Order: sequence, then structure tokens, then C-alpha cells
Amino acid sequence: MLLSLEHLRKEYPGHKVAVNDVTLHIEAGEFVCFIGTSGSGKTTVLRMINRMLMPTSGTVLINGEDTSKLDPVKLRRKLGYVIQNIGLMPHMTIRENITLVPKLLKWSQEKRDAKAIELIKLAQLPEEFLDRYPSELSGGQQQRIGVVRAFAADQDIILMDEPFGALDPITRESLQDLVQDLQQRLGKTFIFVTHDMDEALRLATKVVIMDAGDVMQIDSPENILKHPANEFVTNLIGEERLIQARPSVTPVGQIMLKSPIYITQDQSLPTALETMHKSRVDTLLVTDANRVLRGVVDIETLNDEFNSGKTVGDIMDDKVFYVFENSVVRDTVNRILKMGYKNVPVVNKEYQLVGIVTRATLVDMVYNALWSQDEDANDQTQIGNKEANVDD
Amino acid sequence: MISFFQTNGAELLVKIWQHIYLSFVSLGLGIIVAVPVAVGLTRAKKLAGFVIGLASVLQTIPSMALLALMIPIFGIGSFPAIVALFIYSLLPILRNTYIGLNNVDPSVLDAAKGIGMSNMQSIMQVELKLAAPVIMSGIRLSATFVIAWATLASYIGAGGLGDFIFNGLNLYRSDLILGGSIPVIILALITDYILGKIEYLLTPKSIRA
Ligand SMILES: Nc1ncnc2c1ncn2[C@@H]1O[C@H](COP(=O)(O)OP(=O)(O)OP(=O)(O)O)[C@@H](O)[C@H]1O
Ligand SMILES: [Mg+2]
Repeated sequence: MLLSLEHLRKEYPGHKVAVNDVTLHIEAGEFVCFIGTSGSGKTTVLRMINRMLMPTSGTVLINGEDTSKLDPVKLRRKLGYVIQNIGLMPHMTIRENITLVPKLLKWSQEKRDAKAIELIKLAQLPEEFLDRYPSELSGGQQQRIGVVRAFAADQDIILMDEPFGALDPITRESLQDLVQDLQQRLGKTFIFVTHDMDEALRLATKVVIMDAGDVMQIDSPENILKHPANEFVTNLIGEERLIQARPSVTPVGQIMLKSPIYITQDQSLPTALETMHKSRVDTLLVTDANRVLRGVVDIETLNDEFNSGKTVGDIMDDKVFYVFENSVVRDTVNRILKMGYKNVPVVNKEYQLVGIVTRATLVDMVYNALWSQDEDANDQTQIGNKEANVDD
Repeated sequence: MISFFQTNGAELLVKIWQHIYLSFVSLGLGIIVAVPVAVGLTRAKKLAGFVIGLASVLQTIPSMALLALMIPIFGIGSFPAIVALFIYSLLPILRNTYIGLNNVDPSVLDAAKGIGMSNMQSIMQVELKLAAPVIMSGIRLSATFVIAWATLASYIGAGGLGDFIFNGLNLYRSDLILGGSIPVIILALITDYILGKIEYLLTPKSIRA
């Protein structure tokens, strides 16, 4: 276990309990999102991890080591920390800002310069920015710098307190991509506080929902959406999102057609035409003998090459777009709709063809989702009418 | 004018030197004491009101009275004068340093601590640098006070340009009074100019007005 919080509690003077009893175990590579109402204790938990605050009771263990026995200054240098208000040093250049921790750790000048260039690239900003001051950057650019500063000394655990607050949706999304990439590609562990449910559901491998110093639910985003632990969680997620979530957590395998029309690559072109004609389709998926998806062949190509004596494998287009059967429908929907595919083959982990998602399937799904939403709306109006009757 | 320099030129140089010595030693001591105390006060805010209040009270003691008080304690000469001037220099530096440090953006301090700066590193590399312009204006103010009041040090035998002025007053000789006062004014102006340059150099580039 990389990071363990054991019965953490924080009381402020006057018996004000900010955090009641939080126990949480975090594996390396996880992306943990804390979400909850204002004042629920999220920041307090985060700051007890890097000892910006001392817990009233309970322990924080990093790799099994009790952090209260470590030098807090050294501990903080090992944990990346992005504070809510960015907190760049106004009197230091961007270069000095992002290599501050390496400097505290007494890295050599060359190593620091190399790091600065690496980090500015990571932030997707031009190298010239290294010699600017924070006030010469836009808010979003400053926030990017604040985020990459937390990676300067190759910290494995990154604490972030509402790092993308007050940003426009586009900048926000690109920063979310940035941290997600860092988690997935570099295997960093994130503890991330946010107010934004969409952000939490998008980034988290584990969501921690807090209210008034207590943990309401700790679970994967899918499970939180499927099984909200109590009414508070339901309200926090929001009715709308729960409805929207219905298709989103369904795996593709559940909605696909399980009998796709396909042909093996060693077949002759007349056989292919025969199959198309019988099944009344204008494209065929092509697999090898083990049913592994290899490509696709359409009627136009077939027509052009019909008398060439080639096999299906010779003329097929091997650049075929596919989805995995366990991927989430929401992504598939977006891709099919955005990229204009008529249909998309579905494969299993071994890349064997197991089904197909057609536009017709999607229409059914969207129809069902909207229809059930309508039903809910009707229910509510009926209740409204009843109440009106009572008043009469 | 020329005859004034001919008769008093050598003595004038000596008095100017004494004046500079008195002012700068007491100002230097003031900085050495007030800046660290102010830093300490930002870490113990409860004490701040009391300590700054105390410095304000000291400031309100009439300068002649303060000098006179020094005699029974330290006798006469430059030492008691330096002590008195040092006490006067404290308040502006103390107050400005404290205000300057307190005005540093708390999120910057939080970040400094959060990324792993020790208390000392935060003070030296962040807080004092960001507060430098405010601290320096306190020092400039103190410098002007100290140079002006150093003339009174002559009263307890510490020398300085005050000697000319007091002699002039005693002998009803306006050339001596002017010969003492004008160098004091010039000294104050030059000092302020130099401190202004230092202030500019100490102010981080990005926050220069
Ligand atoms: N220094 C303090 N003294 C007393 N109470 C405090 C102090 N700091 C925080 N609190 C209280 O502790 C509770 C939890 O605060 P915390 O900052 O952890 O909330 P949060 O979940 O991060 O809220 P937000 O979403 O608004 O940032 C709040 O009720 C707050 O008022
Ligand atoms: Mg908070």
C-alpha cells in the first residue's frame, strides 16, 4: 500500500470537528478524487497528508512509514503539492519557480536547466516562457505552471487542491488531459480535491465523497453512479447525471449485435459478393481463420476488383476502426457520431470479432434513454397535479 | 562663504564624519535589531501589537528628554547618543517590516511551505524579498530621522554637525548655524538618494513599479 490514512481526525480549537474519522488506502498509480460540499473537510484531509496540518488523532502511512516520525520539510519535498490559489512566487521567473524544489534538493545547475525544459514542454508552453515572470502569463498558463511544478523532483505522489478552479472549460479540459496522461503514462498517484462532479467522474479511479467531516462513500466512478450509497450521494451526483450515466456505464458488449456479418480473408471475391447479397449489406468485416479482425471490404472495391482473381484479404482495407467489448458505450457513441461511422466492429481482448454496433443500435439506445427520462418527468407532473388537487 | 570654509573647513570635515558615524551606526543597529524582531513578530502575531506599541511609545519621548535620560545611564559622548538614535530608528523599520511581511500573499507563503521550504528559506528567499520595497521605505524614513536628530547629539557631547549649530546659537552667529544645518540637509538628501537606489536594486524585477 503506497498511502494509508488510518482513522484521521482533525479538531479545531473549540471542538470544531473538521474531519471526523477518515480511513483510506491508496495503491500506487491510483487517481483519488475527493468531492463534497464546501467545508466538508477535503482540504483538511489533503493537508494532513503532507503535514501542513497535524491530525488530532490517527496516522498517515507512506509505504508503511508513519509520517509523523519524518521531518515535515523533507516529507513535503517528496510530495508534489498544487494549492488552490496556484501560489507561484511572483519574484521568481518561471524557470526559478518550477525548479524550486530541485534547488532545495541541491540538484546541479545543468540538471535543473534540463528539468525546466522538460517541464515547460510538459505544460505545453513555449520555452521562451521560462524567462518570464508569473505576472506575464495568463491565469490558465500560470495554473499549468503550478501543476507541473509539482512534478519537478519526480514526486510519485501528487496532492492537488482544486487545481483547475476558475478556469474556462477548454483550458480545464486540456489540464485534465495533462494530469490524466501523467497518471496513466508515468504511473503517478494523485490525490485530487475538486468541486466538479464531472471532473471527478472523468479522472478518478476512486472517488471519495465527503460531507461534514465524514466519508459518505468510497468507490469507483462506475459504482458510485450505479449504486449511490445514500441520499446525500444521490443528490451530489445529481438526478440528471444518473440518467445520463445509464448508457455511459454500460459496456459495449451489452448493446452490440452479436452476429456481425463477416468473411475470412482467404475467400474469393465472388463468395464475398454472395455473402453481401444474402445479408443485404454493403460492407463486410474480414477476419482470419481465428476470427481475429483484419480489415473491411466494401462493395465499391469489390466491384472494381471483381475480375482480378484476388482474395478478400488482398483487396480489403486493413485500417478498420474497432472498439473493445468492455469499453464504455458513451465513448463509442461519441466516436461513431463524431467520425461518421455507419457501424463499428466490436472485438474482445484477443482482437477476435465478437459483435457490431450499428447506428440503428445507437438510435435505440438514445431513444430508450430519452424515453425513460420523459417518463420520470411525467411522473413528476402527475405528483404536481395531485398536490394541486389536494389544495383544491 | 569662502572665509567660513577657510576658517572652519577642516573642522567641518571632522564634524561631517562624526555625524555620518553617529547616524549610520545607530541606523545599522536599528536595522539589525528591528528586521529580525519584525520577522519574529510575524511568527508570534499575539506579541506584535505589544511590541509595536512599545516602539511607538519610545518614539513619542521628546528627543531632548531621551538624550538627557541617557546621561545618568551611559554618561556623555557618542555611545549614549547612538543608543538614543538607535531607539528612534526602531519604530519605522519595525512597523514597515512587519507590514511588508504581513502583506505577502498568503497563498505564496502556503506554497513555499507546501513545496518544502524550511521556515528560514521561506523568510530569506520569499518573504524578505517580496517585502523589500516596504522595508526599505521604513529604513529611508528612519535614516532621515536619525540624520536630523543626530544634530542634537552634540548636546550630550557626541560631536557631529550639531556642534556648529549649537555654537552658532550660543554666539549668535548665523554663519555657524547655516554651516551646520546645510550639510545636514545635504547629507539627508544624499543618503535618501542612495537608499532609494538600494531599494530599487533589492526590489525584485517583476514587482518594480
Ligand atoms: N484554522 C481553522 N480553524 C477553525 N476551523 C477551521 C480552520 N480551518 C478549517 N476549518 C473548518 O474546518 C472545516 C473543513 O474545512 P476544509 O477547508 O477542509 O473544507 P473543504 O472541504 O476543503 O471546503 P471547500 O470545498 O470550501 O474548500 C470547515 O468547516 C472549516 O470552517
Ligand atoms: Mg478546500
